[in-house]
Formats: sequence, structure tokens, C-alpha cells
Amino acid sequence: MEILSLFPAWLLEQGPAFVIVLPLLMGAITAILPSRTLAWWTALVVTLLCTVTAFALLLQVYSEGASLYTMGGWDPPHGISLVIDALSAPVLFLIAAMAVVTVIYAMPATIAEVEPKKRAPFYAAFLLCFAGLMGMVVTGDAFNVFVFLEVSSISTYALVAMGAARDRRALTAAYNYLIMGSIGATFFVIGLGFMFMETGTLNMADMSRILADLDGGSRVAKVGFGFIIIGLGLKLAMFPLHTWLPGAYAYAPTKVTVFLASTATKAALYLLLRFTFTVFDPSFDYVAVVLKYILIGVGVVGMVFASLQAIFQTDARRTLAYSSVAQVGYMLLGVGLATAAGIAAGYLHLLNHAIIKGGLFLAMGAFWYRFGITRIQDFSGLSKTMPWTMGAFMLSGLSLIGVPFTAGFVSKVNLTIAAADKGWWWAVGVIVVTSVLAIIYIGRILLAAYFGSPPLIDGQPAKKNEAPLMMLIPMWFLAVLSIAVGSNILGLGDDFVMASERAAALLTGQGG
Amino acid sequence: MRDPHVILRVISKFLIPFIALFAFYVQFHGDFGPGGGFQAGVILAASVILYALIFGLDAAKKAFPPSWVRIGMTLGVLLYGGTGVVTWILGGDFLSYGVLAEKSYHGQHYGIIAVELGVLFAVTSVMIAIFYAFGSRQPDHNEEDW
Repeated sequence: MEILSLFPAWLLEQGPAFVIVLPLLMGAITAILPSRTLAWWTALVVTLLCTVTAFALLLQVYSEGASLYTMGGWDPPHGISLVIDALSAPVLFLIAAMAVVTVIYAMPATIAEVEPKKRAPFYAAFLLCFAGLMGMVVTGDAFNVFVFLEVSSISTYALVAMGAARDRRALTAAYNYLIMGSIGATFFVIGLGFMFMETGTLNMADMSRILADLDGGSRVAKVGFGFIIIGLGLKLAMFPLHTWLPGAYAYAPTKVTVFLASTATKAALYLLLRFTFTVFDPSFDYVAVVLKYILIGVGVVGMVFASLQAIFQTDARRTLAYSSVAQVGYMLLGVGLATAAGIAAGYLHLLNHAIIKGGLFLAMGAFWYRFGITRIQDFSGLSKTMPWTMGAFMLSGLSLIGVPFTAGFVSKVNLTIAAADKGWWWAVGVIVVTSVLAIIYIGRILLAAYFGSPPLIDGQPAKKNEAPLMMLIPMWFLAVLSIAVGSNILGLGDDFVMASERAAALLTGQGG
Repeated sequence: MRDPHVILRVISKFLIPFIALFAFYVQFHGDFGPGGGFQAGVILAASVILYALIFGLDAAKKAFPPSWVRIGMTLGVLLYGGTGVVTWILGGDFLSYGVLAEKSYHGQHYGIIAVELGVLFAVTSVMIAIFYAFGSRQPDHNEEDW
């Protein structure tokens, strides 16, 4: 590809390590920086550099195929290897790009939401979380995954707790998340322990090869698989294990909510794909059972149940949070179909949902920033007082419902076709029903905003008070992006579909 | 008024330098024997924590100020990562110590010493930070309030 030659060769060669090391080291430096502005600039430059690198790596994967980086020059399976392939590269780029979007937004938002002396450490914790997520996606070593999972999780707990400056409930939410997240990480590492016992290796490629030789392995591997699925399920808010999510999303600082909603659960879902399809194999009977009954089961129940819960929330942030749980259900349904089309649809929904939910939460933060609004009944007349912000919210909201020409439509249609291809018409029915539920919970908010009248302040209707430009740009970027993906403007829709199909082809073993 | 803890104080004052010395022994044996930065860091932090337990948190904070803790944590990470950055600058992969010296095995030796030193700083500071964080917490209720 032509664009690829624009990037320095060193960046392409060392990129996999660069995207982890840069935020990790700059996070440490940011922790002792005295000024918030300096910390913000550091975070912006770091995330921008990582985005450029991740983009270069993505192009490299599509033109030259997967690449392997050996940490410290030690060859796998003894050393730690970093793997960039069609599955990890798009998620890597997504995380980096979302980080840039949220950092831009964070400039005005953190001033309003975080205590003054915690603002520089806020960016330090963010960079560490970012480094952890990048590491989780890049690494080819199973234990390394756990280390990065903890790096990102522990900094996330701190980030969520920093929301206490505007809402004290952030503390209980963070504590809840800490307990649940630690249980998840513990389950995951116990699972890895079993897998190490079974295979004697921690390198994913090696583990996969040995498991295939053992024809799925003994009961130890089955137990290990179970622990890994539960551990990752907690991290990605799989339906009955999602209880930490609504609180954490609702009370964290907006920037953190956006970043978590669009990257953290996505990285965990990436790991679920990585473990079920490349380390293990759906041809093993126990993996097939888990895919068919557990993942589909909790996915479908989660879709319906979480959508219903979203309808009955009074706090709009919690509505969106429950909606996230429901959307995870769509992705799990796609994964559980275990056909190339199903996985591609799930993966596409992973990418699209990050953009959609990011846009929605960004707008939600702006409503709070200007008017202190979080409850749905207070949304009345917001289309008149904050027309641009509400416009972005509406576009992303329509995309979440799955209106034609939006990103949500593309992934839902692909998922429906994949389910129908397998003859699962009941799944098609569930998708339609939950989309109707999405119309209700997004519709409630839009109805209040567009057909209600602004509240009276001292006898006068509330005046127009638009969000600052640094908030509007990120949210409109995401709103327009979700339209562009849905309407295939600039070929973006095709690019997204192509990326998900290549990822699915890699997982189902059809090259790529 | 006799100090009731006089034995503890005298013994620990005598022991603390040896604990610290043992930490450095573990540290510098880490590159070719059991030990290393993590264990040494915990031992070194234990010497400060023992001092705090016997002589009080304020005395310990005078001996090892909380501002050092924050700098130590950062310095440790930077020393570890910085070693990797140096190997990058010298044209190798990240943390490929071989390029640090002309002979690869010397490079491996220098690299692991630098990295372990980073681990020592980070672990010592983090251990002390955790102790200070818990130790400095004011009780929510006074004992008399019950």
C-alpha cells in the first residue's frame, strides 16, 4: 500500500512494543507532573502517536499479513511475543482512536468533574489504563494478558472513584467494580494456571498447538476454559455478571465512562474471541457446548433483560449503561453462532457499538456540564437549549436503535442474516424485539428533549447554552462517523465490514 | 517515666541497618542467583515499616518522606522502561539487553542490573506508599464516641 511507505520503518518494526511502552512510561512521568495542562498535552500527544502507530500497523496487517514481535529478542514460546493480526489490529486502532477522542473531550470535562489536585494524576491513571488495554490486545502471551488486564483494571478503579467530586456514589460504584473486577481477574488467572498445568506453556500459539495435539485436553483444560470464560465474562459485562457496570458507567467522570464503554469491554470481548477460537477451538466438544448454550443463552437473555431494565431507569446514564449490557448480548450472540458470518457480525457490532455508545455518553456528559442534567425527566426541552449536543445525541441514538443508514443498522442486519443463515429464526425475532425495546428507551429521552418545553427559570424559559466546542467536536465526530459507516460514505462502511470479515476469517481458520 | 518499649526500640534500631543491608544483598545477587528487585524491595520497605511501627509514623515520615515515595515509584518505572528505550536507541528490540555492551553476555548483565534496580525503587516505594496510606488514615469515629 502507498500510505504505508509514509511511516518510518522503525515505527512499523517496533510499533507493537511502542504502543504499550509509550503510554506506560509517559503515565509514570505524568504522575509527577505539576500542572494539569501539561498532563493534558502529554496525554494528547501520547494517544495521537499511538493512534498513528496503530493505524500503520493496521495497514501493515492488511498489506503484508500478521507480524510477530519478540520482546527483548527472546523467541516464543520462551520469551513474550506481541502479535499483530487481522483480529487484534482493528481493536488496537479503535482503542487508540477512542483515547484521542476522549482526551480532547476531557479538557473541559475534567475541570468540571474532577478535584483540582487530582487532575494531573487523573491523566496519569488514564495513560496507564490505556497502556494496559493496548497491551491486552497486542500480547501473544496468556499470562501477559493477565498482567495488562490488571494494569488497566486497577487504574480504572481509581479513575471511576475520581467521579466522587461530583457524585459520592462513585465511591461505592468503584468499590463494587474493584471487588467484581478482582474476582474476574482471579478467575482468569486460575484458568490460566489450569491451562499451564495442562499444556506447560503460556504462549497462546504454543498452547493452541499443544491443545490441538491433545485433542482438547483432559478435564483440567475444561475446568481452565470454564474459569477463563467466567473471568472474561465479568470483565466484559456478560449478562448475569454485569452488576458492576451500571454504577461504574453512571458515576465515573464522563471521559472515563466514554473510554470504558467504548474500549474496556471491547478489549475483554476481543480476548474472549482470542481464547475461544484461537487458543481453544470450537471443534472441541466442551468449547462447542459453551458457545452454543452458555454464550448464546446469556447473550439472548441479557439482550432482552438488560433492554427492559434500561427502559425503567430514571437516570439517563444508567439507561445507556444497561443498554451497553444489552449490546454485549448482540456481540455474544454473533460469537456464539460460531459461523464466519456470525463472528464477523459480532466483531462489526463491537466496532460500531464503541462509536455509537461513545457518542451517546459524550453528549450525556455535556448535558451535565451545562445544566447538571442526568435524569430523563429533566431532558425536557433540551433540543432548544442545547440543539447541537442534542443533535449529536439523536444521531448516535438512532444508530443504537439501528435505523437504516446508521452504523447500528449495518451490524444488526449482518447479525440477523447470520442468524437466519443458520436457521435460527427465534434469534432473528429476539433481535427485532430488542431493537423495539431500544426504540422505547432512546425514544423516551428523545421525546422529552424534542417535544418537551424548556423549564422555566425565574419565569423565563431556560436560555440556549450550548456545550463548548471541545466537547462538540468529539461527539459530532463520532455521530458523523456512525452515519458514515452506515451509509458507506468514503467507503468507511465497506472498510468496517472488510475488517470484521478478515477477523472472522482468521478465527474460523480460513486464512487472513 | 520509663519507656515501656525500650527493648523493642533498642533491638530494632540494631536490626534495621542489617535488614536494609540484607535487602541490598538480595538485590545484587538477583542477576545470578535467587533474589532480585522485587524481594529486595519488599525487604527494604520492611525495614522502613518496622521503623514506623516502633518509632511512630511521624518519625518514619521524617526518615523517608512521602514525597520520595511518589518520585521513587516513577523513577523505578522509568529506569525499567528507560533501559528498554536505550536498547531501542542502540538499534535493538525493546529490552534486548544484548546491544548494551560490545559482548552480548556483558550487555545482558548490565541490562538486568539496571532493570532490577528499577524494580527495587518501584517496589520499595509502593510498599511504603501502601503502608503510609493505611497508616495515615484518620479513624472515622473516636474511640470515646462509641
